[in-house]
Amino acid sequence: MATVELRFSALPEHVRTARLVAAAVARRAGVDEAVLDEVRLAVGEACTRAVGLHLSNGVDAPVRVALTEEEKKFSIEVGDESPTSAGHTPGSHPDVDDEGAAEAESEDEMGLAVISGLVDDVEVTTSETGGVIRMSWPASPQSLVP
Amino acid sequence: MDLSLSTRTVGDRTVVEVGGEIDVYTAPKLREQLVELVNDGSYHLVVDMEGVDFLDSTGLGVLVGGLKRVRAHEGSLRLVCNQERILKIFRITGLTKVFPIHTSVEDAVAATD
Repeated sequence: MATVELRFSALPEHVRTARLVAAAVARRAGVDEAVLDEVRLAVGEACTRAVGLHLSNGVDAPVRVALTEEEKKFSIEVGDESPTSAGHTPGSHPDVDDEGAAEAESEDEMGLAVISGLVDDVEVTTSETGGVIRMSWPASPQSLVP
Repeated sequence: MDLSLSTRTVGDRTVVEVGGEIDVYTAPKLREQLVELVNDGSYHLVVDMEGVDFLDSTGLGVLVGGLKRVRAHEGSLRLVCNQERILKIFRITGLTKVFPIHTSVEDAVAATD
């Protein structure tokens, strides 16, 4: 089992960085070329959501992405440290007006809708200290012998 | 920025040609362009996505925002897209029912519904 872990400050420009790294590691893990677009999109959506949560909740810590190659599976975990507590909607910010908050929330829902429409194996968990989106794809690693 | 934008008018339509990746970092640039066009009185827009390599839900949100803005002026926003990997995200979100999607700019510019 091999893992590549990436941590990046919650900056929109680094979501692309995460997509590129994820695609490179997925390809090496034997994920089908035709599926790589999906991997890119799914990890992009998960990271965009995490970045949004960090920014709107003033979380300084970086977003974490773990890419793990297992025997027949390639999985990605995107972790955020945004708090979810009773009565607090992740992503809502006291200074954002109603329309802005509604727009941000519906964008968050759209991101999750895209991920669940795209990936068969997805799990989203949230807690008071942060959340995780776990996704996986089948993989068949290429033989090293040409 | 990894996003290129160019505009031209064809009759009463404005064609916005987009190239590169539309994601959380680059989408604001597209949003600004669409807002500017509507503020300048261009209410019939055609967004040519043939040069787009990547589109995510942030990009979709900008396009939906653009559609709402032009509709407030009885306008239209049509898309040109033949790439399956881009069409996929419209299908997953059901937005193929919301946006008229054409196979060519010529088609989009001529459409009147």
